[in-house]
Amino acid sequence: MGIIKASKLGFDYFKYNEEGEEPESYRAIDDVTLDIQAGQFIAVLGHNGSGKSTLAKHLNGLLVPSEGTLWVDNMDTSDEEDIWKIRQRAGMVFQNPDNQIIGTVVEEDVGFGPENMGVSTEDIWKRVDDSLEAVGMVAYRHHSPNKLSGGQKQRVAIAGVMAMHPKCIILDEPTAMLDPNGRKEVLKAVRTLNEQENVTVILITHYMEEVVLADHVFVMDQGHVVMQGTPREIFSQVEKLQSLRLDVPQVTLLAHELKLAGVDIPEGILTTEELVNVLCQ
Amino acid sequence: MSIKLEEVTYTYSPGTVYEIHALDHVNLEIGQGDFVGVIGHTGSGKSTMIQHLNGLVKPTSGRVLYNDEDIWADGYDLRSLRFHVGLVFQYPEHQLFETDVLKDVCFGPKNEGLDAEACKARAIEALEHVGFPKELYDKSPFELSGGQKRRVAIAGVLAMNPDVLVLDEPTAGLDPQGRDEILDQIAYLHKTRGISIVLVSHSMEDIAKYVDRLVVMNAGKKAYDAAPKEVFAHYKELETMGLAAPQMTYIMHTLKEHGMDVDVTATTVEEAKASILQALGR
Repeated sequence: MGIIKASKLGFDYFKYNEEGEEPESYRAIDDVTLDIQAGQFIAVLGHNGSGKSTLAKHLNGLLVPSEGTLWVDNMDTSDEEDIWKIRQRAGMVFQNPDNQIIGTVVEEDVGFGPENMGVSTEDIWKRVDDSLEAVGMVAYRHHSPNKLSGGQKQRVAIAGVMAMHPKCIILDEPTAMLDPNGRKEVLKAVRTLNEQENVTVILITHYMEEVVLADHVFVMDQGHVVMQGTPREIFSQVEKLQSLRLDVPQVTLLAHELKLAGVDIPEGILTTEELVNVLCQ
Repeated sequence: MSIKLEEVTYTYSPGTVYEIHALDHVNLEIGQGDFVGVIGHTGSGKSTMIQHLNGLVKPTSGRVLYNDEDIWADGYDLRSLRFHVGLVFQYPEHQLFETDVLKDVCFGPKNEGLDAEACKARAIEALEHVGFPKELYDKSPFELSGGQKRRVAIAGVLAMNPDVLVLDEPTAGLDPQGRDEILDQIAYLHKTRGISIVLVSHSMEDIAKYVDRLVVMNAGKKAYDAAPKEVFAHYKELETMGLAAPQMTYIMHTLKEHGMDVDVTATTVEEAKASILQALGR
């Protein structure tokens, strides 16, 4: 069994109107089954309102399924007894770095998680050192977080999650508010964690270019997983993705357009190198 | 219509150890019907600059002119300036507050002193211009999707009939199609209403596709102010400023290095496609 496993997951949001009236319900995710193996880099795509974030909030027990079961590291998230353990195993990073940083100094902010877990002081400092190292923010440890750039703040938020020694880290559009450099920094930090620390990564994003390096991609629509596969398998289906309000990386789109114009190019070109190799043989 | 920044300098926390020159002698002119993009890394001074355009912040030194009048001169009607220069902040949907969509969009014109009928007419026109569906007018803005909320928020500013619309990352957090829809809508407004647009964005691809002129901010100074193609030709310099060129620029340069005779100034997929097909002799 994988690090995260969902079986026929369903979730309803309720809208309460006047008192006494039956609440209206809205099914945000429906019949989602997935099995994510430890150490994988997973990407989740889907338009606004497709259920991505609702799914993400299930992965560390912020939401409990209305139907079906979700296991994190073999623990059922609907079992309240395990909820703190689950949140320690599966850490979450959100879109807006300003909403996630509470410390007045970078190193204190990173130490907040382990401190709450009752880790010994000596061990907290070690974890802070290691986490800041992993995201490349050691030089800023004594800085005030509010003087950092967006990408730097987001890396501090990631370090804060890392300090809790999670097995899995879920990032819900971590780069949406960042400039190009910030986006690169955050992605690099995430990839390092995945490759060197063997942390399972689940990245939710609207930037198709960020998905290219994932091991496996899930595409959501109306609460369902409607496509899954390797980035190449997914991005070979340009028209289908566009019908789901999504897109493909620009290089993939260019290759697709050239193919339509009669140039002999395979579908699913993912990088500039691949395109150049095909065109300049 | 014209907005001019003349030697505008803005200093945060002057005279303290935290003193930062957010803007350093910036000159900028925005004319009638311009479609200007603004790029710059976080902290480059973009947001401070656009807050000068409608007098939300006062320059530490230098002048801001609207139709050649100094907006900080004694007796200048700053309040009415803000109806002429509409500012759409980042995540504008956080500013929605009314019980239904139509009322929310009416808020601006109502404050301008228009009567209920006129407000409603303006609101409906604005909602139509952003492509917001009629059947949702009486919905609570909080029930809408991210893209729809964003449209309502932009309509709220448009309803004041501004001469200039300044948008600070209007597509952050939207899915790819939502991104295209909002930007197409803005381009449509530019064309049909003839209003000037100032678009702040972190997406070089969007900038390349839509704007006529591109301003690059770096460390509080204006680094470039030219046609996007000219600016993106300096992609190596842009990288040192924490920015980048559109992905097509890199692809075209790599193809050229490998001996393909392509146009390296192509910045959009369409241009790149045309140039590659030509190079292949098709």
